[in-house]
Amino acid sequence: MLRPPSLVNVTTIVKPTPKTRNGQDFFHSPKLSGVEVPRWGRSRSTVSGQSVCSIRGQGGRQERFKGIPMAQAVSSQRGPVTGTAMRSRKRRPFLLDLYSTAVGKKYVMAVTGIAMMGFVLFHMIGNLKMYLGATDLNHYAKFLEELLYPLAPHGVTLWILRAGLITMLLLHLHAAYSLTVLNRRARPVKYQSARDYQVATFASRTMRWSGIIALAFIAWHLLDLTFGVVNDHVGTKDADGLKDVYGNVVFSLQRVPVAIFYVIANVLLGIHLFHGAWSIFQSLGWNNPRFNKWRRTFATGFAAVIVIGNVSFPIAVLAGVVGN
Amino acid sequence: MSNSIKNLTLKIWRQLGPTVKGAFETYNVDEISDEASFLEMLDYLNERLISDGKEAIVFDHDCREGICGTCSLMIDGQAHGPQRGTATCQLHMRKFSDGDSIVIEPFRAAAFPIIRDLMVDRSKFDRIIESGGFITAPTGGAPDANLIAIPKPVSDAAMDSAQCIGCGACVAACPNGAANLFTGAKVAHLNRLPQGQPERFKRVESMVETMDEYFGSCTNHGECEGACPKEISVDVIALLNKDYRKAKFASRKDLAR
Repeated sequence: MLRPPSLVNVTTIVKPTPKTRNGQDFFHSPKLSGVEVPRWGRSRSTVSGQSVCSIRGQGGRQERFKGIPMAQAVSSQRGPVTGTAMRSRKRRPFLLDLYSTAVGKKYVMAVTGIAMMGFVLFHMIGNLKMYLGATDLNHYAKFLEELLYPLAPHGVTLWILRAGLITMLLLHLHAAYSLTVLNRRARPVKYQSARDYQVATFASRTMRWSGIIALAFIAWHLLDLTFGVVNDHVGTKDADGLKDVYGNVVFSLQRVPVAIFYVIANVLLGIHLFHGAWSIFQSLGWNNPRFNKWRRTFATGFAAVIVIGNVSFPIAVLAGVVGN
Repeated sequence: MSNSIKNLTLKIWRQLGPTVKGAFETYNVDEISDEASFLEMLDYLNERLISDGKEAIVFDHDCREGICGTCSLMIDGQAHGPQRGTATCQLHMRKFSDGDSIVIEPFRAAAFPIIRDLMVDRSKFDRIIESGGFITAPTGGAPDANLIAIPKPVSDAAMDSAQCIGCGACVAACPNGAANLFTGAKVAHLNRLPQGQPERFKRVESMVETMDEYFGSCTNHGECEGACPKEISVDVIALLNKDYRKAKFASRKDLAR
């Protein structure tokens, strides 16, 4: 029987046994021809001299092995072994330095996520004005354009906020993209049998898809209600000479396919938030026995509020509650 | 009373070497005691393979009492099998029923290359430990016991993290192949204790940066906690993230001085 490698002392000379127990010459079996057999010899003593408490005394010392058919492989090449021998990282500006690691990117995901959650919440609350009628909603839209006027010129505050949001979205996307690339690289060969997930939720498993569909919805939403590319009503003024935001919304959501897309995208956004809003606490290290049990409640509640509020608009328009 | 489990079908990953293509092979175990551990069942199968003149299945194992972290295996899509808080060596056949089909795969991650069959090389964990999993201790005569006062809750919390046996189940279970639970456990263990304070921030920085070279990133699925044979909580990942942030700010201030 093969000797378990955990019993192999890595600092001693390890030589391959030429014959296996059943007499088959394993190293020269035709099955393995073309496989590089390593040079065997004394490996550099690899056990770090001081104060390194190794967690596992098993043979885990081989750094690089190519086509080694037996487990006793010991490579002569080794990297740094102690903390003091760590190669020093290039000094970078603080924020870039933070962003260079996966943990830092998760910070960016969390912070930009919070900013966009704030936007989504206030966007939903603002839209509730449509239940008060056209005058209220259109005046609210005017108020947003005139935010902080006359302290700031017309529309400037709104554009500063928009620029911030665009930056947040781009950072969120870039962090998500680069983390996905990193994660794909971390498991190039997938499990060949079915995984049986125990804790991961549907939401956590589908963050990429719910995010991409929500992004597609944002693009549509801007083309529809902001730029009016797919909405002929945009540009119309109401009785007070204000932009008829109310009319735009009614025009858009009376189209059934648009309303359905609106509902689907918002449910997916809710699923995205269900995991994201909880994830923020972990990623930012906000962990405290005082509020840990409320984190899930918060995420569920936040996602529910957003979904219920947003999904009510197309339903209200189609049901004729809004728009008469 | 000991019963036996009959007619097990095992689909086991066989792979001759790191660069050789592997495949599942099917084996039958007609009868095994329900008191046998999972590894003993594999031993039993290996004995039979050897007596038939076939190559034994290579798998990692050592202490077989759940404290060394050497055993691995993905059993039916779960790291360390279906029983929570248990390493493969402590999983018993009584968890299975007659006629079960069990799929056994090695842990898979770029950082855990397969050596052969079910055995993987987890030495990348050693790289993380080497970069910060130590404390500076003065040499000389043994100090008096309890010389450094540690509050009981702090020592309890540190010990919870210190339970980590470094088996790699967290990486295996993580859909992203991330080692944050492992690194978090080591950081939470040492950074909570007074003895770990001198290297506290340097430790978390080097360990996180070393981890980044080999592993994926945490997306907070929580699968690692579910698979951990020591049931280490994902709270340690939050602590890791918090200390990493503090380290970035603290080292920046230190450099500015």
